[in-house]
Amino acid sequence: MSYSCHDTTDNWEDVKTKCVSALPEHILKYIEEHKGDEHPESNLIVILQMVQHHFGYLGQEQMHAVAQLAQIPLAKVTGVATFYHLFRLQPRGKHMINVCMGTACYVKGADKLGQRLMDELGIQFGETTKDGMFSLDVSRCLGTCGLAPVIMVDGQVYGPVTPSEVPLILEKYLKKPKVPA
Amino acid sequence: MTETMIHLTIDGEPLEVPAGTTVMTAAEKLGINIPRLCYHPDLSLEGACRVCIVQVEGFNHFITSCSQQVWEGMVVQTNSPQIRQARRDIVELLLDNHPKDCQTCDRDGNCELQRQAYRLGIRERLFEGKRKEFPTDESGKSVVRNPEKCILCGRCIRVCAEVQGVQNLSQHGRGFNTVVGPANLGPMDESACIQCGQCVAVCPTAAFLEKDHTERVWKALSGAIGKKHLVVHTAPAIRATIGECFGLPIGTPVTGQLVTALRRLGFDAIFDTNFSADLTIIEEGTEFLKRLNGAGPLPLLTSCSPGWINFLEKFYPEMIPLASTCKSPMQMMSTLIKTYYAERKGIDPKDIFVVAIMPCVAKKYEVDRPEHVLPDGEIATDAVLTTRELAWMIKSYGIDFVNLPEGEFDRPLGVSSGAGDIFGATGGVMEAALRTVAVKLSGEELGPLVFEDVRGIVGLKEATVTIAGKEVNVAVCDGLTHAKKALNYIKSGEKNYHIVELMACPGGCIMGGGQPYPPFSMNVLDPELAKLRAKALYDVDAHKQLRRSHENPAITKLYEEYIGEPNGELAHALLHTHYQARMPRGIR
Repeated sequence: MSYSCHDTTDNWEDVKTKCVSALPEHILKYIEEHKGDEHPESNLIVILQMVQHHFGYLGQEQMHAVAQLAQIPLAKVTGVATFYHLFRLQPRGKHMINVCMGTACYVKGADKLGQRLMDELGIQFGETTKDGMFSLDVSRCLGTCGLAPVIMVDGQVYGPVTPSEVPLILEKYLKKPKVPA
Repeated sequence: MTETMIHLTIDGEPLEVPAGTTVMTAAEKLGINIPRLCYHPDLSLEGACRVCIVQVEGFNHFITSCSQQVWEGMVVQTNSPQIRQARRDIVELLLDNHPKDCQTCDRDGNCELQRQAYRLGIRERLFEGKRKEFPTDESGKSVVRNPEKCILCGRCIRVCAEVQGVQNLSQHGRGFNTVVGPANLGPMDESACIQCGQCVAVCPTAAFLEKDHTERVWKALSGAIGKKHLVVHTAPAIRATIGECFGLPIGTPVTGQLVTALRRLGFDAIFDTNFSADLTIIEEGTEFLKRLNGAGPLPLLTSCSPGWINFLEKFYPEMIPLASTCKSPMQMMSTLIKTYYAERKGIDPKDIFVVAIMPCVAKKYEVDRPEHVLPDGEIATDAVLTTRELAWMIKSYGIDFVNLPEGEFDRPLGVSSGAGDIFGATGGVMEAALRTVAVKLSGEELGPLVFEDVRGIVGLKEATVTIAGKEVNVAVCDGLTHAKKALNYIKSGEKNYHIVELMACPGGCIMGGGQPYPPFSMNVLDPELAKLRAKALYDVDAHKQLRRSHENPAITKLYEEYIGEPNGELAHALLHTHYQARMPRGIR
């Protein structure tokens, strides 16, 4: 008897089915089309960008699916995802807060501002609050040095801000009236 | 075709080397050893550590000699006060981001970072500041990862990808926060890791280590876990390598001293895993002959190496039916100790503590496999010590290993043939199997003893052996990239093997993840190191009276007294196992 009847111990079909269900059609198509490329792993960043664009972040399930379907080691996928600043591993909150750490803001005490935000929200830079309301990140210069130190919430710039004003700004976003259904 | 020769000058001395030679290699021809850290001759170039920098005329910056190829008329300076200072600064910066615990570190003084620090004359620490702080992952059953000791040389990443084809490690994050680890920096045992421990072997520091089992063995030896009958058995490869830990030349077999050392540590019975290597040949050989005669799929894939078995389950689960169902020799032996031996001795298996001395890190994972649990719920092997761990224990016990008198293994599980000894080298299992299969197939009493084609450190060896008019196609793989190659040949139908030996580690058990860090003059993965260690085993074999597993009288007795038929009902219950696909599935 030669090599033939070994499908019973294989798990590829299960793995594949789960992975396919974790990604949208256009990404599956892209992966499939570029599988035969000379260096298929060089498509990794593009694929991850597509995933982030679709989901808003890179979830564990999606990264696993990318690894299996594109046959790129998962360690490489998560290595790339954690290396580049543009990739987020957590969903983004409803409101995005950026603390400017440009030179002018920094000398005016942006680090204290950042610390107050982290204390108030209970998260670090790059993270999202448990209730999904706020994400916190660092920006370099926002081009409003005259107002330093500044923070930006969903594109709205506040400045100059003192640490004690931080709770008042956050309150505004928490209190925003709900849009009637 | 003649090689193009390049003429250059290194430290004022002219020399000629083939085109494509690196500056580092060229310098070695002049007896100049440029300091290095991330470089490894058997892995791809990384150029990460910058320790091997040299000055090249016409350039106003230093160049890494490991990665720079020579050119015609090149003028290189490997040594100057400025170069020495720059190298010192580089290593000082590494040291200042590294725990200061050399005296208590598991590297036991055999650390490449420490060696470079001494070599470069670093006597003070000038750059002390913030040091990286990361948690150690001790969750793994085999491999412990301590990123604080990591110098980001990338050797582990390269060995895992290039030699083992597992690709389980990667750098995560960036800059000061870079950490090497499996996907998501998750627990090792939940990753695609196959537990071979080659990352431990190539690491220049102690960023990767085997999971410590010495503590539980010390406890058992001291009586802290109650009165136990302490049984130890040692793998074939240990006798060929443990001498290195005590300054003996590489390839010095020390079977007798090893037995005496174990007796002095306080073990009640000292057995030889060679015995169960012989037993494996009987069981696996019977299985193979049955399949060769049409009773099952071919080729038969050997199952002695737990790293390989982990690889099979994670990377090639569809090929599980091809694998031999034999447990590894270690698990066969430990199982027999808690059944056959316990019954004969009249000892409750629960009062027996079994320690296995192994060249292997994956064995630590293997012992906890639920399918290996004995019928009474006991695990077969209570502790697995690597060669390194045993050497540490012998040293700290104050035993002068080199000057020990030679002892002998206990009976009956210490009797073995030379076929058992050679299990420790790549091709050994195949040769041992062929010795027995040749006799069984031909029906003659004697057959060939030496199968030269399956010896040697080649990676993938293939041979066709004619036994009793039958052509048997054999393949031997060491290192999992070579295993991949053979498995893909089988899948595509390109090769028609009948039996394939697979060992996870390149060179086989003599180069296992738990083997001694080689002396300064040699590198882990060096085929020359493997050859010297293998020669020790082939010499032991050549000097034995018994050369074939089925000639071992203790094996014959075991079947008569206890097991009955090879591959029989009891044999299946005790000596065989099963495998299953495991997640996460590896990327081929």
